[in-house]
Amino acid sequence: MNPFTYSSATAVEDAVRDNASHEGAAYIGGGTNILDLMKENVARPTHLVGLNKLPLTAIEPTPEGGLRLGALATNADTAWNEEVKRRYPLLNQAILAGASPQLRNMATNGGNLMQRTRCYYFYDTATPCNKREPGSGCGAIGGFNRIHAILGASEQCIATHPSDMCIALAALAATVRVSGPNGERTIPFEDFHRLPGNTPERDNNLEPGELITGLDLPAKGFEKNFSYLKLRDRNSYAFALVSVAAALELDGDTIKDARLALGGVAHKPWRDQEAENLLKGQPATPETFARAAAKVVESAKGYGSNNFKIELARRAIVRALKQAAEGSQHASDVFLNSNP
Amino acid sequence: MSTTNYIGKPTSRVDGPAKVTGAATYAAEFHVPNMAYGWVVSSPIAKGRITKVHADEVLAIPGVLEVFSHENVPGLAWFDRNYKDDVAPGGSPFRPLHEDKIKFNQQPIALVVAETLELARYASSVLRIDYEEEAHETDIEAKRDEGFEPGRGKSGWMPPPPPRGNPDKAWEEAEHHIEHEYVHGAQHHNPMEMYGATVEWRGDKKLTVYDKTQGVVNVQNYLTKIFGLSKDDCRVINQYMGGGFGSGLRPQYSVFLAVLASLELKRSVRVTLTRQQMFSFGHRPHTLQYVKLGTNPDGTLAAIQHHALHETSQFEEYTENVVNWSGMLYQCENVKLGYQLAKLDVFTPQDMRAPGAATGSFALEVAMDEMAAAAGIDPIDFRIRNYAEEDQNAGKPFSSKRLRDCYHQGAAKFGWEKRNPQPRSMRKGNRLVGYGMAGGVWDATQKKAAAKATLTADGKLQVSSATADIGTGTYTIMTQIAAETLGLPLEAVTFKLGDTDMPEAPVQGGSWTAASVGSAVKSVCEAIGEKLLKLAQKMEGSPLKGASPDEVEFVNGQIRLSNNPNEAVVIRDVLQASGETRLETDTSATPNLLKQATHSMHSHNAVFVEVEVDEEFGTVHVTRVLNAVAAGRILNPKTARSQVLGSIVWGISMALMEETIMDHQFGRYMNHNYSEYHIPVQADINDIEVLFVEEEDDVVNPLGVKGVGEIGLLGVAAAITNAVYHATGKRVRDLPIYLDKLL
Amino acid sequence: MIQQSSTSAAQAGGVAAPPPTGTVRLTINGQQHTLQIAPWTTLLDALREYVHLTGTKKGCDHGQCGACTVLVNGKRINSCLSLAVMHEDHDITTIEGLGSQENLHPLQQAFIDHDAFQCGYCTPGQICSAQGLINEGRAHTEEEIKEHMSGNLCRCGAYAGILNAVKEVVDAKSSEPRR
Ligand SMILES: Cc1cc2nc3c(=O)[nH]c(=O)nc-3n(C[C@H](O)[C@H](O)[C@H](O)COP(=O)(O)OP(=O)(O)OC[C@H]3O[C@@H](n4cnc5c(N)ncnc54)[C@H](O)[C@@H]3O)c2cc1C
Ligand code: SF4
Ligand code: FES
Ligand code: FES
Repeated sequence: MNPFTYSSATAVEDAVRDNASHEGAAYIGGGTNILDLMKENVARPTHLVGLNKLPLTAIEPTPEGGLRLGALATNADTAWNEEVKRRYPLLNQAILAGASPQLRNMATNGGNLMQRTRCYYFYDTATPCNKREPGSGCGAIGGFNRIHAILGASEQCIATHPSDMCIALAALAATVRVSGPNGERTIPFEDFHRLPGNTPERDNNLEPGELITGLDLPAKGFEKNFSYLKLRDRNSYAFALVSVAAALELDGDTIKDARLALGGVAHKPWRDQEAENLLKGQPATPETFARAAAKVVESAKGYGSNNFKIELARRAIVRALKQAAEGSQHASDVFLNSNP
Repeated sequence: MSTTNYIGKPTSRVDGPAKVTGAATYAAEFHVPNMAYGWVVSSPIAKGRITKVHADEVLAIPGVLEVFSHENVPGLAWFDRNYKDDVAPGGSPFRPLHEDKIKFNQQPIALVVAETLELARYASSVLRIDYEEEAHETDIEAKRDEGFEPGRGKSGWMPPPPPRGNPDKAWEEAEHHIEHEYVHGAQHHNPMEMYGATVEWRGDKKLTVYDKTQGVVNVQNYLTKIFGLSKDDCRVINQYMGGGFGSGLRPQYSVFLAVLASLELKRSVRVTLTRQQMFSFGHRPHTLQYVKLGTNPDGTLAAIQHHALHETSQFEEYTENVVNWSGMLYQCENVKLGYQLAKLDVFTPQDMRAPGAATGSFALEVAMDEMAAAAGIDPIDFRIRNYAEEDQNAGKPFSSKRLRDCYHQGAAKFGWEKRNPQPRSMRKGNRLVGYGMAGGVWDATQKKAAAKATLTADGKLQVSSATADIGTGTYTIMTQIAAETLGLPLEAVTFKLGDTDMPEAPVQGGSWTAASVGSAVKSVCEAIGEKLLKLAQKMEGSPLKGASPDEVEFVNGQIRLSNNPNEAVVIRDVLQASGETRLETDTSATPNLLKQATHSMHSHNAVFVEVEVDEEFGTVHVTRVLNAVAAGRILNPKTARSQVLGSIVWGISMALMEETIMDHQFGRYMNHNYSEYHIPVQADINDIEVLFVEEEDDVVNPLGVKGVGEIGLLGVAAAITNAVYHATGKRVRDLPIYLDKLL
Repeated sequence: MIQQSSTSAAQAGGVAAPPPTGTVRLTINGQQHTLQIAPWTTLLDALREYVHLTGTKKGCDHGQCGACTVLVNGKRINSCLSLAVMHEDHDITTIEGLGSQENLHPLQQAFIDHDAFQCGYCTPGQICSAQGLINEGRAHTEEEIKEHMSGNLCRCGAYAGILNAVKEVVDAKSSEPRR
């Protein structure tokens, strides 16, 4: 870990200003990702702007009838928030499926969006990685890539975004609120994270110095028919090999509206609107679900150790949609991995 | 009635209060004044040469004290034998910072010492080192045809016995036969506590070394030989150890580097490894095994052939007993066993919980399941039909063997009769259910060990031995043995360990501590007892006058006549009457080789497993495990049960999760952390239980104990593999059973 | 022959001197501590190396094991992934603050009774985590407790004992009359 100076901001403008006035500065929320990366010498900020005193911990209704999640609310407080549980149980379950109770108590909503890939090579400075050191090559392509992407990858990078929370946010079509040196703006969740392309060093479309201040959830929460399904190498405290956020609005047996997003398969939370369209207006049957699943993995590509994810993702989508249709998952204080 | 009979009674750990309150101090936690911190720099390449260490740049940072590397390390001992620790395998031991050569990835190549931990860590991250890289070979697949038979291995290793009968012909002619390859990758011990040492500089080259090790004596021998220190000047202490599992049998480079820095800087130094560096030394070797079995029409085994090939380093020939067990677990007249090593550019593997046997029993016991299925026999029946009444490898009877009871009692308690033999025939909801079983055998060993006992006038007994408690319960069982031998209440006895100032004991491993140190503790307490008796007999009007040691017993704080318990004297009174303030003695216990030479001494187990498998996802849930163990006398059912429960968790881990993955592009393990090297978490563990089968044995040692640290692991991974087959009809022969192997 | 350098950070020998240390005030187990430390000192290292409260363990230093779990304002966190400076006005409780050998906390007693450890290295983290779980009050059944104790690895595999110990104390709490 390299030396840095530290300051703690109490207002958004101060944080942004402080960040802009230090070359090589970074924000720190809960610290669970940036400190990890600093200890591995992957991140080397010279100055840290502490955010935990910012007045951004509230979770409150938006004028549009949705819910605003403060960027500095912890993942735990968000998951357990009564409004989140009542109106957005998919988000409640997705958050609780991630990390551990301790980490969720520390991790902030803003930091969760910004967490970087868990690619082994990205984390290990002894190996090449285009994301960490552009142009150095990709260790994972041709290497050990069990946890890597099958969708939307590039020849430069096949990393995945590791978040669970973000998969639910993608399915719920949240909006990211940011504040930066050039003022405030909002970014649709779909456009927040990027595919690697030729610039794998960029995970998202945040401009330098911009601060996430909150996340807006639209009014529609799919609170009746949803599922968050997470498949991993052990029952808890492990990142997803494949995860699926499925949400349905049903009219009898007919699907009125549908959302489908996957984790563990791409450089960004992978929402597939074409597959959603294949669901809409159709009967909620295994055949319909299978068609949507086939659509999602249509363009999937394996890189060796992760080939299995294509079939696994297909099956997981069908199962999650089935669970969503059955309405068998509910908001809860504890995510139980009993489904898979 | 005796209230001081503790042996065999469930007893809470005497070190429990210290451990649950954080008062137990581990090696890297000793607070010594004016301490500097060392941080290890590890090689980023697998093979090559260091051409330059740019130490000057780092030394310019205020607070950085020194950068040690091969460029400046002073001339230390020259001969290999100085670096050979007590349990080193054959070959030439690795010498840290000795030369410019890089022999394995993550090799320690420099130590940066600074005033603070943070500074040492930072300075090591900016230390520039130039290398010349050479081509490496880390893939055992490339060395399949280059296996060789090891020469002299480490102590305890036995080359496979010569073939018996006509194994090739018998296999060809067998009614049913199978042959398959079984594989598992490298696994790292990964104890929770990372290796580290605090070296206290006491002036004038006198050191107290707090080191994480399974044997303080081994570390002391190693350090004194290399650094030319006298034993008096190099005291090694380790009272608590945050897990070892074999990784602490040999001295770790952390202690070497800390001592080096301390001697050079004439200052106290602490060196702790990182979790990533915990993947830079010994491991269970990646092993390829080939098993051929054949049966006769009556279901007896016609032939057993078992061959193993595993990796070792370029510089040492690490050996473990992988295949020998296959010649002794079942009765068979035609047996051929083979064992080979292949040299790779990796660090030397290292004994890891039930070394060799965990590997061998996986292959043999899965093969036995396949054989039973091919012959259409129930797997338990099949094993009982082939029950070995004697050890055919050695041509000796077993000192005791209650494996048959493990099968019967285990099967009954588990409910094996509910198993429909047909694979894929059992279901629960949308999950497939499978039952599987397997078992194993492990050595019962006693080594020479010594102990010292001091009884003071207040009736308090202190016993000590330079052994270790790596979580096995040594503190507690030794306290029980001492208390019971002298008839004292548990609270009056203190057992101390882990200090080279104490009488010598072997490294803690091989499940031999209970037998070895336990025998020494018993013997030293008996010696104190004899002294006490003599003093008691001198007391005025002593009812014990003329009684021989066999005629008295030590119970409830008294010495009394065995045939007339009312004739007794109180132990505390004896000392007070004698005017002695303390009685002290030390003795050692050595195995009774004469008695043992005529027997084969082993513990056995049988494991029963239920799994549920989600067929679509291939996720395996181990819902029930019952481990039936016959391991002689159980000194403390509470701590012994925990050891076996721990082994079950290890077996689940080995079967479903654990594998250190080498990327051969870089010759580097890539999942070198707790996040990607998976071991079970609380949510993975369901109903697990232990059944100790009663077993008496007066050959193994005076206590009749065989040790329980390792036997419990045997068969667990195989039983899970067999249960997965029963559930799904899919036979996985390479561990771990990741979900994708069942898709 | 490939020439390579282990790090690209120290370009041309220009290694920066670290900034000076500063004063950090921490309240640990009800006691005030004033430390002179660099901002890049984690809460875990501050506890272990500067305050010499070594009951809090380091099992990975990367948030992957839970051995470093402490309570901050009653909530469990991994102290290895947190900076000491981030906790100046917080109430920090470590294992040493829960109970002592003479006066064991109910969880500590339950861990001994159920033999919920072997080497004991994960134990302080398990116990602090269990206290956090109890403070949260969201896990009650065995399944729930198992999931919510899954942020604490135990390489010795003492999970069965840990579960029984935590369950016993959780059950005792829930049967206490509510005030
Ligand atoms: C062992 C382990 C297991 C985990 N398992 C999972 C899992 O299964 N599922 C899962 O989803 N996650 C998992 N996580 C990741 C965890 O969820 C993230 O680390 C966490 O959400 C990051 O939040 P933070 O506040 O701690 O971020 P920090 O570490 O503080 O920051 C992360 C990044 O975001 C930036 N940042 C922080 N806040 C803001 C802001 N408001 N605006 C702009 N930039 C900001 C920082 O500069 C930094 O670059 C795991 C983490 C660990 C260590
Ligand atoms: S996949 Fe991406 S993050 Fe991983 S090594 Fe390749 S470039 Fe780096
Ligand atoms: S040391 Fe903090 S989680 Fe492992
Ligand atoms: S008791 Fe040893 S790691 Fe848990």
